[in-house]
Amino acid sequence: MLEIIEANLPALQVVVPLVAAPVCAMLGRGGRAWAFATGISFLTFAISVSLFATAYGGSPISYEMGSWAPPIGIEYRIDVLNAFVLMIVSGIAAFVMPYARLSVASEIPAERQAFFYTAFLLCLTGLLGVTITGDAFNVFVFLEISSLSTYALVASGAWRNKRALTAAYNYLIMGTVGATFFVIGIGMLYMITGTLNMADLAVRIAEHGDSRTLRMGFVFIFIGIGLKLAMFPLHLWLPNAYSFAPSAVTSFIAATATKVAVYVLLRFMFTVFGFDYAFQASTLENVLLPVAIVAMFAASLVAIFQDDLKRMLAYSSIAQIGYMLLGLAFLTHTGLVATIVHLFNHAVTKGALFMVAGCFVLSAGTSSISGLRGVGRDMPWTTAAFVAGGLSLIGLPLTVGFISKWYLVQASLELGWWPVALLIMGSSLLAIIYVWRVVEAAYLKPAPEGVTRREAPLSMLVPAWILVGLSIWFGIDATLTTTAASRAADTLIGSSQILWQE
Amino acid sequence: MPDIVLDLDFFLGHYNYWMFVILMMTGLYVTVSRGNLIKKIVGLNLFQTSVFMLYISMGKVIGGTAPILTGDPDTVYSNPLPHVLILTAIVVGIATTALALALVIRIRETYGTVEEDDILKMEHEMDFGVRKPGGGSR
Repeated sequence: MLEIIEANLPALQVVVPLVAAPVCAMLGRGGRAWAFATGISFLTFAISVSLFATAYGGSPISYEMGSWAPPIGIEYRIDVLNAFVLMIVSGIAAFVMPYARLSVASEIPAERQAFFYTAFLLCLTGLLGVTITGDAFNVFVFLEISSLSTYALVASGAWRNKRALTAAYNYLIMGTVGATFFVIGIGMLYMITGTLNMADLAVRIAEHGDSRTLRMGFVFIFIGIGLKLAMFPLHLWLPNAYSFAPSAVTSFIAATATKVAVYVLLRFMFTVFGFDYAFQASTLENVLLPVAIVAMFAASLVAIFQDDLKRMLAYSSIAQIGYMLLGLAFLTHTGLVATIVHLFNHAVTKGALFMVAGCFVLSAGTSSISGLRGVGRDMPWTTAAFVAGGLSLIGLPLTVGFISKWYLVQASLELGWWPVALLIMGSSLLAIIYVWRVVEAAYLKPAPEGVTRREAPLSMLVPAWILVGLSIWFGIDATLTTTAASRAADTLIGSSQILWQE
Repeated sequence: MPDIVLDLDFFLGHYNYWMFVILMMTGLYVTVSRGNLIKKIVGLNLFQTSVFMLYISMGKVIGGTAPILTGDPDTVYSNPLPHVLILTAIVVGIATTALALALVIRIRETYGTVEEDDILKMEHEMDFGVRKPGGGSR
């Protein structure tokens, strides 16, 4: 029995939350749906830890769905890179679920909560599926499972603020355009190669060589994923979706959805389009690099002028995605390590910060920075968690943010691109400003008259502090994350024939 | 890469693909340009449908029949895989449309309108508490 389970872990990773979702919908109102969904999220986390332990040892797992051998059948292929991302996604879900109970109870009517947790589990299924699969069309299907449930989750913020509806609508329009672009790109690749398996695609594209169809496919996929991951000029859906979604949803999707999209980009750039391909290299250097740098500055600048804490963090997310894309655009081993390690670091940091924002919404009834004056005295633990998370966002030593920036700066210096290194540090200065605005309001301004705010409940504080703790722990001892990222970068480089810059 | 030559056979032979491009661009343009939320969804549907056409066209083998085993080894079959993929994509498309329409119903209930300009105006008032001078289009 145990052996059967162990042999089918890759399938169970996706099937468990998928099957659990409709069951959850039938559990009715009250805490039962929540307890069930929490149990399931811990179970998926346990599965992904076990998969990571296997893949970390260096042997990729290949699982044939329904025993149809690839490239005909759908293959689930797990190497260090996607095992790492799987662990981020399911881990964040496992921390968000305990946090969600009180936060969701205050934002969503009791009779709708079961459906909320159903959508949450479906979203988790989709994100895990995108990460685990080795089949290009399968990526699209799972991407849409996660996106559709995310639209519904964002719209469920409407009980608190009706603008969640328009935010979800705009997200739906842009997300669907992005997904459709992605399918067109896959279609172009299928026309050339006649296969959908990623490993097989890579081989056949390399044999096929450059052509106009291939370039079109590349561009469609690049733009399609760009929309999903909020690459700078395509980010317009993100700020409203993050600000008006329920707090638990924001901390989950901010920490995972864009990271998974970055993973898909990495996978397609280096595994699928993995041969030496001048068009791709010039796209990375002439499009992705400037876009990433502009994102770092423009989004941080906009963040400085936001009054709403959640919206400020949303803009900061766009800037942080800029860092990830920057690492990718370097086309070096160190750059890739920076990108992959920042996937983890930013997930932990932003997850914690959005949880803190949710605590403020619950206890202080507002997430506007001017409404949070003097909150440091009333809610010391929550505010302290914000400060610790904020320091990581800035990239101070002893936090995970520092590790990411260290690798990014190192990667740019290796190439001799010292202006880029200066720009990375310059954009960190902007982060200091927007984090400081909140700290100033919380500690230095007097509280408004007649306002009483209690400390956030423990079930919300503890998950937030665990994530903050992780962001400090892996800032002091980053061996595990950087080794995993380095091995993941090795497999990406090993699977591609791109001439890597030394 | 071959040079582009104007060739009537090429032009007519790729009729489905031209239609795919025209439908796709029409759909995308409608999605972006219309202010009515329902019309945006119509555009999105056109856009998605055009992709179905692309996939179905590429599965067609000239002279091929429907991919049902006939027992005759000389039979030429069309490629069934793209058609199957598109069945999945159609389901995704329907789910997206249903969700979008459900959202529009909720928007109509809370805002009282499905015109993007009016909604933006209201949201601007919510943000700044004043009416935006000179209309709402951004």
